[in-house]
Amino acid sequence: MQDYEVFVQQLITGLSNGMIIALIALGYTMVYGIIELINFAHGDVFMLGAFLALTLLGAFGMEAWSPAWKFAGVIMMLGGSALFCGGLNWTLDRVAYRSLRKASKLSLLVSAIGCSFICTNLGLFWGGLPMGVFAGGVSAAAPKDFPQITPQTNLLGESAIRITQADVMVFFVTIPLMIGLVLLVNRSRLGRAMRAVAQDSTAAELMGIPVDRVIGMTFFIGGALGGFASVVYSLYNNTIGFQMGYRAGMDAFTAAVLGGIGSLPGAVLGGLTIGCVRAMSDQYLESRWTNTIVFGILVLILIFRPSGLLGSTRREKV
Amino acid sequence: MSDALLEVSELRCGYGQIEVLRGVSLRVAQGEIVALIGSNGAGKSTTLMAVNQVIKPMAGSIRFAGESLIGLRADEVVQRGLVQVPEGRRVFARMTVLENLVLGAYLRNDHDGIATDMHRVNDLFPVLKERQSQLAGTLSGGEQQMLAIGRALMSRPRLLMMDEPSMGIAPILVTRIFQAIQQLNQEGLTVLLVEQNARGALKLSSRGYVIETGKVTIEGPSHELLNDDRIRAAYLGD
Repeated sequence: MQDYEVFVQQLITGLSNGMIIALIALGYTMVYGIIELINFAHGDVFMLGAFLALTLLGAFGMEAWSPAWKFAGVIMMLGGSALFCGGLNWTLDRVAYRSLRKASKLSLLVSAIGCSFICTNLGLFWGGLPMGVFAGGVSAAAPKDFPQITPQTNLLGESAIRITQADVMVFFVTIPLMIGLVLLVNRSRLGRAMRAVAQDSTAAELMGIPVDRVIGMTFFIGGALGGFASVVYSLYNNTIGFQMGYRAGMDAFTAAVLGGIGSLPGAVLGGLTIGCVRAMSDQYLESRWTNTIVFGILVLILIFRPSGLLGSTRREKV
Repeated sequence: MSDALLEVSELRCGYGQIEVLRGVSLRVAQGEIVALIGSNGAGKSTTLMAVNQVIKPMAGSIRFAGESLIGLRADEVVQRGLVQVPEGRRVFARMTVLENLVLGAYLRNDHDGIATDMHRVNDLFPVLKERQSQLAGTLSGGEQQMLAIGRALMSRPRLLMMDEPSMGIAPILVTRIFQAIQQLNQEGLTVLLVEQNARGALKLSSRGYVIETGKVTIEGPSHELLNDDRIRAAYLGD
């Protein structure tokens, strides 16, 4: 393999993982944009989405399905996890956050951390269920293999650089979702209401916008994006575990802050940057330094450009 | 005056332990302009926010068109036609003028009616039509006030409550905005006008209330209030 081929290969890996991180980061940034909460449970909601996908895969025996049916199976997992994660995120808001709207931001944050722990432990419990896909549930905390049900042929034929169906799938799922999200936020009635609540929730209330319902929908959409991401992540990386939400969540949170929290394009840019930095660090430094580099970037951003790459530099408050 | 459109009685309200309203009573009849005047911190804005159910009252009653508003959500109050133009305008600064106006009609589905009202607002304030694709935050204070009024009109209110529409605005635009209020009233809109500009508000209105430290202390026909010695001394600077 030539040097440039290695670089291109790492770039493909980095961009693919970056798109997944971006999709999770969008959930952080949307919720932050509307109620100024870092929803710490978001990464764990993502993790539970992956567990649901594996459960569906096992329960229906998708591994034995024909290629066409496997494709249908992927769609089914995407839909199932998106609805589940969206619903779960909506429920967290309804139960744990809504009554704290007028409380201090710190109370809200502590509540979010609590939700994160609860979800992590639900994942631990889920991994212990006696199912074949969880290796009988003997070791609940152990990482679970997520079967490779997308084909692994190199679409570039004999080239040393590999692009597989899994890489293609990542882009085919994430890009339409991102475009759809931008259209929703900028063009739809709900999107207008979301932006209005984000800018001035009292003024929005006075215009007759049902603020709590709009916030709830924001949690649902952010959670659903996390659900889509969880299936793509699992099919791409083929290992899931109850602590993956923390890892992926930290990457996505860093991406959101790097891009400028509250900014949708910022979250995507941040996600791609973090994905590529990870891939390059794994290749050219050593993978044990990767976390240090990623969080080093977070610290530098917080010190020198707290508003992020694409965030607004001034805060607009009346 | 049993045909009051809005009837507030003995309204008590506060933030935490601090009671801001200590029993406010007022009425607005169909077709009137009623002025609510008072100095800073007297409780004028709190009264409006409580009527809108953005702040939950501690005691008292608020009836609109014969129906109690206590316990409704803020959007349900708007749905009933009781709409506020808030203090400081509070337009959505990072949205276009047009988007702000469209948001005013958030609860409506009658596309023809919305289009008609959009024309009415643009006729009333032609500058909004000229600037429709501009971000609201780039407008001048007076233009933002026009936008805030236009946005509220897009919900087709039965009663419009305006909180200090003259605050921080060039005098020529204050005149323009007061003219617009008068015109809207002549077209049938009922208005509750909160103002520190007591003279302007009393000249425009048929009746007035003076609120001091959370209580209504003086009320009466506006032309009488303009000649009331207490008001002349405290609010008109004579």
